[in-house]
This record gives sequence, structure tokens and C-alpha cells, in this order.
Amino acid sequence: MIEGRTVMQGWANVPLSQSRTARTTLFFVVLALVCLAMADIAITTANPWQDLMRFFWGVMTPDFFSSAGLATALLRTLAFAFVGVTLGAAAGFLLALVYRFRLVRTFAAFIRAIHELFWALIFLQFFGFHPLTGVLAIAIPYAGIFAKVYSEILDEADPEPRNLLPSGVGALSAFVYARIPDCWEQLRTYTSYRLECGFRSSAILGFVGLPTLGFYLESAFSQGHYSEAGAVLILFYLLIATIPLWVRPRMLPFYIVAAPFFLGDGMPIMWGNVRRFFTEDIVPAPLREGSSNDFWPWLSDLVVNQALPGIWNTLLLTQMALVATGVIALLAFPLISRHFGNRVSRTGGHVLLVIARSTPEYILAYILLQLWGPSMLPAVVALALHNGGIIGHLIGRQSSTFNLRPDAPRGLMRYGYELVPRVYPSFLAFLFYRWEIIMRETAILGILGIYTLGFYVDSAIQNIQFDKAMILILVTALLNIGIDGLSRRIRRRLALQTMPTC
Amino acid sequence: MLKKLLGLATIAAAMQTYAFSAAADTFVFTAIPDQDETQLIERFGAVESYLEEQLDVDVKYIPVKSYAAAVSAFRNNQVQLAWFGGLSGVQARRLVPGSEAIAQGEEDPEFQSYVIANTSTGLEPMDDLSDALEGMTFTFGSKGSTSGRLMPEFFLREAYGEAPDEVFSRVGFSGNHTRTVRLVEAGTYQLGAVNYKVWESGVEDGSIDTDKVQVIWKTPYYPDYQWTIRGDVDERFGEGFKDRVTQALLDMDDPELLQRFPRTGFIPATNEDYAPIEETAEALGLLN
Repeated sequence: MIEGRTVMQGWANVPLSQSRTARTTLFFVVLALVCLAMADIAITTANPWQDLMRFFWGVMTPDFFSSAGLATALLRTLAFAFVGVTLGAAAGFLLALVYRFRLVRTFAAFIRAIHELFWALIFLQFFGFHPLTGVLAIAIPYAGIFAKVYSEILDEADPEPRNLLPSGVGALSAFVYARIPDCWEQLRTYTSYRLECGFRSSAILGFVGLPTLGFYLESAFSQGHYSEAGAVLILFYLLIATIPLWVRPRMLPFYIVAAPFFLGDGMPIMWGNVRRFFTEDIVPAPLREGSSNDFWPWLSDLVVNQALPGIWNTLLLTQMALVATGVIALLAFPLISRHFGNRVSRTGGHVLLVIARSTPEYILAYILLQLWGPSMLPAVVALALHNGGIIGHLIGRQSSTFNLRPDAPRGLMRYGYELVPRVYPSFLAFLFYRWEIIMRETAILGILGIYTLGFYVDSAIQNIQFDKAMILILVTALLNIGIDGLSRRIRRRLALQTMPTC
Repeated sequence: MLKKLLGLATIAAAMQTYAFSAAADTFVFTAIPDQDETQLIERFGAVESYLEEQLDVDVKYIPVKSYAAAVSAFRNNQVQLAWFGGLSGVQARRLVPGSEAIAQGEEDPEFQSYVIANTSTGLEPMDDLSDALEGMTFTFGSKGSTSGRLMPEFFLREAYGEAPDEVFSRVGFSGNHTRTVRLVEAGTYQLGAVNYKVWESGVEDGSIDTDKVQVIWKTPYYPDYQWTIRGDVDERFGEGFKDRVTQALLDMDDPELLQRFPRTGFIPATNEDYAPIEETAEALGLLN
């Protein structure tokens, strides 16, 4: 909380206009308003509220027995998550050991800049409906994320035990006995947190055809079978909410060993397809056909008509969603803070935030798009609810650790003058940390029909033009790496530090 | 960590087994997801048992989530037969040399798309697309659909001389025909392009509310759906297998089964039948 205090002093001593934090906040709010003015925001359905009520009614009257495949889908969701996250953690750990090399860092940044769904869409093209598609779609981006976070955790380990070791101790022994024990708890906490993210990722893979919960959710929803959709959602919430009960350290090895046997068999892999994909499919069409003169016109057409509009819309949506996330987080954290309300209201707040943060943005956006019609509005709301739920939960928990003076003001004054200033630095830290995550999600929401980069990637794949799809995915990854770098610089400038979230 | 590594070894071993576990001699087919999944599963579940009976091999239908996934599965030889639309069939046959269109519905040589409108637009049925449509919102079906995207887009461009996103204020892709009807009925989009067969069977069984949505324009005829089979099935399933599959499809005469497509029957098809589709798709840049 050291930075918290510095910023507090800053607020007390300098006018608001000169505080870096305040100026940064103002800048992003104004930027979001400008984006709002240019963006396509509308509710186009005739009866949006009627549909919303029908949906809530469906959730209230879930039908668990409509589809015999639901139990299998639940099992597959777990299996893909366990295998994917385990492989990702193992690979990420190895990468973390050599993370000081720029090449490794760049590689890790690149693989995590591509969303799980994009990875799945790529693997589907040559592995088809084989379990490997789902496993790798989770393992690869997660390896990039694990590499970064593990290396940060390892770097922060206390160097003292290492210095006390006698000379001649091997590097491996020193690592295992002096470094790991110090950060074991953090590694463990982060990994188990990531497992929860893995369940979410695994569930949404169903939207592109893998046999997880998303598969049934998509079918039920698109057909207006809200009671079935409600059942899938409730199963999913139960799964996430009961994690502390069934994901126990003792049980983990058992789950990890068992999971591969529950992936299902899918369809056989034909290795010729893999070769063809890399040596033909993704080679730009003009080069493949030997007319390299056509390459530049081909590329500029792709950039002008697809990449640039995609980037523009992705940025618009990201900036609006970022600020909306901040607003939701600041509004939501008092719901669970011990400085407000009573035990009952806080329990209600916890339930609300658990629902908001455990529903993947992709699913939220899908639901809202069905209910409100296509525009950026459902996407902004979905991103803000999910991310705002996460940050609201984190800063709400933090605010409960503060002790206020007995004569501290109450109500709005307590919120505005006591709590918000105290949580603000970590609030901004979380928000900027999630900036890159919000952008990755924004791009992927294009698959649902919003004209962000994902829309053009999906269109290229639908036209069986993988060369175009790969270039657009590459553009998405670079944009994401750019935002990641920018966010790191802002956080450094504002002296913000935080633990990562997914 | 050690436990994790142990787990990894097991995974690697398990992966190996999985790669070979799917029975090699199952004849697998798929279909483009052009309608609600429940309807597809009922329809192709019935086709699955019918073909199994006729061909005397294990037959399996796998549902997919997109048109492209159906094409890719066919191309990757994970399915050997598919019920494609005009465009997806052309895409698939270009990617798999030797593959053939073997049967089509009796209605498919003269297929049509309907442009439908929410009744709140006040639009009435018309012979030529009128300027009154300009500036409204419009939804296609799937991006890869022939009757829900390719042909309507072609005729719209012909009528208005510009791309649909210039003509309409908002252009979307609903995903499939059932959803197009539902979205226009609900007013989410004012206009939509839909497969005429899906429309007519919806009107017949009462699932479409014609007080809220009606047909305002019909496209000229074009060829559409067909069964396409890979060229290498004889090598894998025995001499004459392709002919047996073709015959089985042409012989399909169970009215209930046909009703599910909905088609009155199946007739022979050739790759050349779909040349007009191929030309149109090339003109619109949907095929390389």
C-alpha cells in the first residue's frame, strides 16, 4: 500500500489538475467519449426487454434434461481445461526460466496475444475435430501468460536464501531449494486461479464446434430455447462456484492424470493436412500461384479494406469498454466492501459479482447481441460487466482491509472521500492491466458480427482464405502487443503495481 | 512439479492412443448448418440410419458450427460425404480434386432466395427491387451461404449497382436461415435474405408469423444444394462404393425423411451443374 499512500499525499498537496493519476483518468474518459460519438451504438430489436425477460424466465426454469449430451459436455469442458492448463503451466514454467532472453519474451508475448478462439480456429483447419485442437488452443496462449507471470513471481523471490548457500551448489539444486520454496505459495495461487480461467476458455471453445458447454449454449440460445440455455449457464456457475470444494491440492494429480482420458476421441488426425496448411494454405495466394507481382496489390487491398477498418473498430470498442469497465468496477466494489451495507446485502453483492466475473465476456456478448441486436452496445456492456465484476471484486476485497476512523463519514461521503481515493491506485493498476485483455476479447467478439478484427478473420476463414486470416490474426497480435507495451509504460509512469488477473 | 511431469507423460501416451482410436472404416458425413440444430440433428440422424441400412457400413453424422467447418472437414478427409450448398460445394470440390457432386434435390436446379421484410416497413411484394429498400437494415444468413448470401448479394448488386453495405444502413450475418427469419420477424433487421425452402416450410408448419414478416421479392432461379462425395471413397470402402452411395441417395423415397430436407426427391447431379455459382462467387471475390 506504499504507492497508495504516496498518491494520497499527492491528492492532498497538489491540485487535482496536476495529479498524474487524475490527468490520465481524464484523458481516457475524454477519449472514450470521443469514441462513443463515433461508434455504432443502438438497440435494434423491437422488443429487447421482452426477450430479456424471456431469457431470465428461462434461467429461472432451467431444463437440465433436454439434451443427453450435457453431462458429457461438462466432462469435456473439465478435461480440456485440465489438460490445456497443465500443458500450458509446464511449458510456461520452462519458458519462465529463460525469460531474460528477449527472444523468449517476444515469443511468449506473441503466443499470448492470440486469443484461445483464434488458436482453435487455426487448429480446426488441420487437426479438425480432434481433442488436440481444444487442448492446444488453451495450452499455447496460457503458456505465454504463465511464462510472463511465473517469471515475475520468480524474480521477486527473496535472493537471500540463495546467497546463503555454500559455493559449489548446482544451479538446479539452488533453484529448487532456495528459490521455489519462497514463491511456491504465489505460484500455486496463480496456477489455481488460472485453472478457473481455463474452465471459462474451455467452455467458449464450444462456440466454434468443440464438444464443450459452449456448444450446447450456442445451439440452445440461437434457437430461443432459453430454459436449456439457462441450464447450461447454471451448470457453469455451479462448476466455477464449487471450485474450492473439489479442486483440492491432493486431488489435482488425480484430475491431471485422469483428464486426458475424458477428452473424447473426435476425428482422426491426418498429418498431410498439417503439412498442407503450413506449406500451402497460409502462403499468400499470389505467391502460391507464382505471380509475385500481384502480392503488393493483394496485401494493400487486404490492409485497406479489412485490416484498417478492423483495427479502427477494435480500438473504438476497446477504449469505450475500458472506461465502462472502470465505471462498473467503481460502482460495484461497495457492494462487497465491509464499509457498506450489512451481511445480507454483501452476500447479494458477492453473488452478483461472481455471476458477472464468471460469465465469459464472449458468452455475455453473445446473449446481449441476441437480445438487443447488432451494434457495439452489447459488446461494451458485456466487456464492462465481466471485467468490471473482476476489478470490483478485487478492489472491494482490498477496501475491506482498510480500517476507517470511528468518526469517518458515512454513505456517499465515505465512498467519495475515504474509500475511492484509497483504492484508486490499485483500481487503475488493475484496469490498465486488463486493457490488453479487453482488447484481445474485443477482437474476438468480431466473430459474433461486430465489425472488429475478429469479424474479418472469421470472414476470411468462412471463405477458406487462410492466407488472409493468418495475416489478420498477425495484425491482431501486433496490436495487442502494442497495447500491452503502452499499458506497461503508463503503469510505470503512475508507479502502479499489481498482481495479474485473467 | 514432479507430479505434473508424471501427468504430462501420461497425457503424451494418451494422446497417441486417441490419434488412432476413431474407427478407420466408419463412413462419416456432415452438412452445412443452414438451419436450427434440432432440425439438422433430426434430419441427418434419420439419414444416418438410412445410409447404414443401405450401405452396410458404419455411418456417422457429425454436426458442425459453420459452413467453413463443413468444407474443412470434407477437405481434411474427416468426412467423406457432405450435404453442401451451391457455394460450399464448389469450394469443397475445388479443394479436393476428384470429388464429385452426385445428387441434388429435385428443387435444387431451380432454387430461389426470398427477400423478406418486417411488415412495419410498409413494403409490399414487388417485381423489381425498389429504391424504398435503400437505407434500411438488412441481414444475410451465413457468410458462406449460397441462398442466404451469395446469390442475394449478386442480385442486390445488380439492382443497385453498389455493394450491400452501401445500399443498406446496417448489414449483418445472422448465421443461418431460421435465425434470419426470426430476426426480421422480431424487427432486429428490417429486411433479410432467406432460402425459399426454409421460408415455405416455416409458413406451412406455422412457425413463421406472416403478420409480422412477409416476402417482398423473389430472386431468379439458380442451382443450389447437392450431395458431394470424395473421389477416394472407392479405395477406402471398396470398389463401387461411390455408386452405391449415389444410388442410395437417389432411392431415398421415405416421405417423412424427404419432408425433413424438405425435398420431393433426389436426382443426379454433376460438378458442371454448379458452374454459374462458381462464376458468381469469383465475381464477388468469395473464391480465389
